[in-house]
Amino acid sequence: MEYFVQLLLGGLTRGSIYALIALGYTMVYGIIELINFAHGEIYMIGAFTALIVSSVLTLYGFNEFAILVLASLIAVIYSASYGFTVEKIAYKPLRSAPRLSPLISAIGMSIFLQNYVLLAQTSDFLPFPALIPEFNFLKNYEHVFSSSELVIVLTTVIVMTILTLLIKFTKIGKAMRATAQDKKMAMLVGINVNRIISVTFIIGSSLAAIGGILIASHIGQINFNIGFIAGIKAFTAAVLGGIGSIPGAVLGGFVLGWTESFATGYVSSDYEDVFAFALLVLILIFRPAGILSVKCEV
Amino acid sequence: MLNLSEIKRSLLVSLWFIFLTFPIMVIRVNPIEKIVEWRWGNMLLVGIGSFVISFIWRYFIRQKELGLKKIEMGEKITPLLKKLAIRESKYVKSLFLTLVIAAVLFPFVFSTYQTTIMTTVLMYVVLGLGLNIVVGLAGLLDLGYVAFYAVGAYSYALLNYHFGLGFWTVLPLGAIMGAFFGILLGFPVLRLRGDYLAIVTLGFGEIIRLVLENWNEFSFGPSGIANIPRPSFPGIQFSLQQATVYQYFLTIGLAVFTIFVVNRLQDSRIGRAWIALREDEIACQAMGVDKVRTKLSAFALGATWAGMVGVMFAAKTTFINPASFTFIESALILSIVVLGGMGSVPGVIIGAFILILLPEYLRAFAEYRMLLFGAILVLMMVFRPQGIISNVRRTYELKGIQK
Repeated sequence: MEYFVQLLLGGLTRGSIYALIALGYTMVYGIIELINFAHGEIYMIGAFTALIVSSVLTLYGFNEFAILVLASLIAVIYSASYGFTVEKIAYKPLRSAPRLSPLISAIGMSIFLQNYVLLAQTSDFLPFPALIPEFNFLKNYEHVFSSSELVIVLTTVIVMTILTLLIKFTKIGKAMRATAQDKKMAMLVGINVNRIISVTFIIGSSLAAIGGILIASHIGQINFNIGFIAGIKAFTAAVLGGIGSIPGAVLGGFVLGWTESFATGYVSSDYEDVFAFALLVLILIFRPAGILSVKCEV
Repeated sequence: MLNLSEIKRSLLVSLWFIFLTFPIMVIRVNPIEKIVEWRWGNMLLVGIGSFVISFIWRYFIRQKELGLKKIEMGEKITPLLKKLAIRESKYVKSLFLTLVIAAVLFPFVFSTYQTTIMTTVLMYVVLGLGLNIVVGLAGLLDLGYVAFYAVGAYSYALLNYHFGLGFWTVLPLGAIMGAFFGILLGFPVLRLRGDYLAIVTLGFGEIIRLVLENWNEFSFGPSGIANIPRPSFPGIQFSLQQATVYQYFLTIGLAVFTIFVVNRLQDSRIGRAWIALREDEIACQAMGVDKVRTKLSAFALGATWAGMVGVMFAAKTTFINPASFTFIESALILSIVVLGGMGSVPGVIIGAFILILLPEYLRAFAEYRMLLFGAILVLMMVFRPQGIISNVRRTYELKGIQK
């Protein structure tokens, strides 16, 4: 029973991270119908920036709390800037091109960013500092549910709530929904579509950065390659829940997290990634619209 | 062009990139030894680099927009290949002859090392042409093409290991295995559209690699299979050097065969059906083209070449392991097709030569190989989506009718 609970909670943690990254895919897809292949790399860059900033700050003797806040903040800002720039360089000139073109461009961007970090930094795994403090009240349950896992789940829930509120109730959220439904019509009613697309990329990239910091701090190491697998898995989560739908991305993230957690726990841990890919292939074949297939809702 | 506002814009771009690349390019930390290295030189490089590039970027964007406007105005732009073909059709034959002679003489003039490189290039030519059928002609973006390559290579290695089958027996078997896996992948993805298809094929490729890596009893896992025999010729024992030359000629044979077949396929009924499918699926079905058969044949015929090259690859390196069949390999083959020009046979050949030879001869450059591939994919899509040599659309010219 305890093993089951452990897997359940482990799956919940994984699922939260997938959900955080999947939101970026789903929002971008909702607006410009593009699989942003470089999204995984944005997540990786977020984690790397957090690592660099926290290492520098540690050296200058900042206290733990300041490091956590500053590193996260700077990482989010940088990831958002990268997302914004990637869109301007690789996708914006291709707005009216055939569908295949931006996709290939996105794959190129992903390969480029990966190798940019590889060349500018290192190909080794780097130890990532435990930015998230240990909570005392969880001491006795450490082996089942660690404090970093608690923080991951809580952060995810909070971020999701804020995002949902943002899209439902603010002016910019309304504009986003309108752009997702019909770009031309949105332009006609005076929405600056280019700006909305940029905002979408910025929000998606920030979420990816948050996911990156949380998971890196939980696992304790990163390298330039983490974005690739995480990106594909998050995409799987997005498709699973029905790409273009925000609750769908969250649901998909959890389903994928649990699938992986239980499959590796009870079947075989060698094939962890195979389960995710197989799930992706199966879902696309049998229910390509996803579990919650709500079209046109950012 | 060099007015004040342009300079101001470039300056802003430059500042933005300095900001953007600051943590990654300038700072390098070593968390174990707690050392922080500040590389201010890189900052200067990024600043100057992005300043210059932003001018070039804007210049090309303007050129592209100008070109689009020209097309809108109804001006006809003859593609480069067509221009060449019209003007110099009599030279084509002699050019072809020169190429054949050069190819035949190559291993006798240059060293074994050069011959090996050329063999690799030719293998990628065949791979590129195979993927070109799927991506270029049929318009199905396949990101897991390397899986079929792996299937071919492992077919040879395993059949040889267990049953002692020789190269010539396995070569057609590898092709059949490739085609079989192509159909296996093709069936479930029939209904999927462009981007979903890309992801599923990517997942398929990764599944094949992960299975090869983890299923030790079947594929010997990450340690791979060694001592795979080189191609044989009945009755003759080759020395290593002779074997290389022999392999080179085999690959040339395969490449020429591929070029011939792909050229014929393009003009065949099925080739036209692929192109029609790429252009408009619904219209294509309305014209009575069987979508299922057309798509499956594209996957199968594309994978066939990968299967054959896989067998060749295993025989050439005499050792294979799953690390040779990563996504990067698929990306490389895709870059060849995209750079050369999707759907264009001479384009793909040139693309393979550029992308394989460039990193090979510019050793200092080799590190930046993948960075370059990524950049090529983006830049080609932004500025020249049709590739170096764009595919000539067949048009019917009605001569003699004048209004």
